[in-house]
Amino acid sequence: MNAESLIQAVEERFPQAVVSSHAFRGDATVIVRRESILEIARTLRDDPAFQMNFLMDLTAVDFSAFGTKPSPAFFASSGVAVRPSTTIPDEAPWPGRPGPERFVVVYHFFSLALKHRLRVEVPVDEEDAEVDSVTSLWGGANWLEREVWDMFGIRFRGHPDLKRILMYDEFEGHPLRKDYPVKKRQPLIGPNN
Amino acid sequence: MSADAGFLTSRLDEAIGWARKFSIFQYPFVTACCGMEYMAAACSHYDVDRFGAGLPRFSPRQADVLFVVGTISHKMAPVLLRIYEQMTEPKWVVAFGVCTCTGGFYDNYATVMGIDTIVPVDVYIPGCPPRPEYVLDGLLKLQAKIQDQRETGERPAPEPRPAEFSV
Repeated sequence: MNAESLIQAVEERFPQAVVSSHAFRGDATVIVRRESILEIARTLRDDPAFQMNFLMDLTAVDFSAFGTKPSPAFFASSGVAVRPSTTIPDEAPWPGRPGPERFVVVYHFFSLALKHRLRVEVPVDEEDAEVDSVTSLWGGANWLEREVWDMFGIRFRGHPDLKRILMYDEFEGHPLRKDYPVKKRQPLIGPNN
Repeated sequence: MSADAGFLTSRLDEAIGWARKFSIFQYPFVTACCGMEYMAAACSHYDVDRFGAGLPRFSPRQADVLFVVGTISHKMAPVLLRIYEQMTEPKWVVAFGVCTCTGGFYDNYATVMGIDTIVPVDVYIPGCPPRPEYVLDGLLKLQAKIQDQRETGERPAPEPRPAEFSV
């Protein structure tokens, strides 16, 4: 299935769960409610129409600082700093952040049999940052969810062993949250450099 | 012999230093990409064996030079200190690559800004990664330092960290 028909199929199957969707430059994205992620993931994996047996990635985004700074200039091959032109119309602009929630948990699914891929985004509030674990469906989600917990502080309900994976146990806070101070250091030994 | 003890002690220092500097048993503490450059310098093309440093020992108890090769994270720092403490005197430390010297281009929550904040360093070999020629130059500087060491174990004070890199 291509991006549009994939989105349509998911929306027809889960009319209540899908909040919004878009196909940005050929990549299909559906934004779904938190309650139904486990059910949607199971259907995507097991349904013959989807057959998405490969969880390619599971990560998260912190949108709390989104849009507060101007987009950085990038450097053209000539070495001149340029910004994206505002005069050239964009036929299909990026639809923007998925919702008012602070975090978004992002799942990338791929079907090895049918060669199609889908991104599923789950908006999560800061106060109740918890989603259902998909470790029951993909064992590989175990470490990915631990990384999201470590870096963003999003908990996963039903995870067998949700503990830090990259940082040490004594580490306080979650370093990829946008409000983690850039200069904050928590060394185990040695000076606070 | 006892008539001129000072002369004899001085010659013994020199002999021990000469023996030690050509029998460097290194412990390569390799954590990152600098390890490839370390291997290139250690293998036959550049051949650190010409300087008597050809046999790495993979136990800190059998080594006398600690080569710290690659970025050290805060999580790894206690391990590095423990390895250093397990080595027997006399021992020396070489910071291989700019990440071990100063933290390099890492300035974040995870990285130690120079291993000299944890263990004393005798020779700094900067570079990202250092050329094998840098490594050999650092090895020669280390040999000079070993040669200068007194028989008592007394060693020159480590160079102070430049003010612009202070932590």
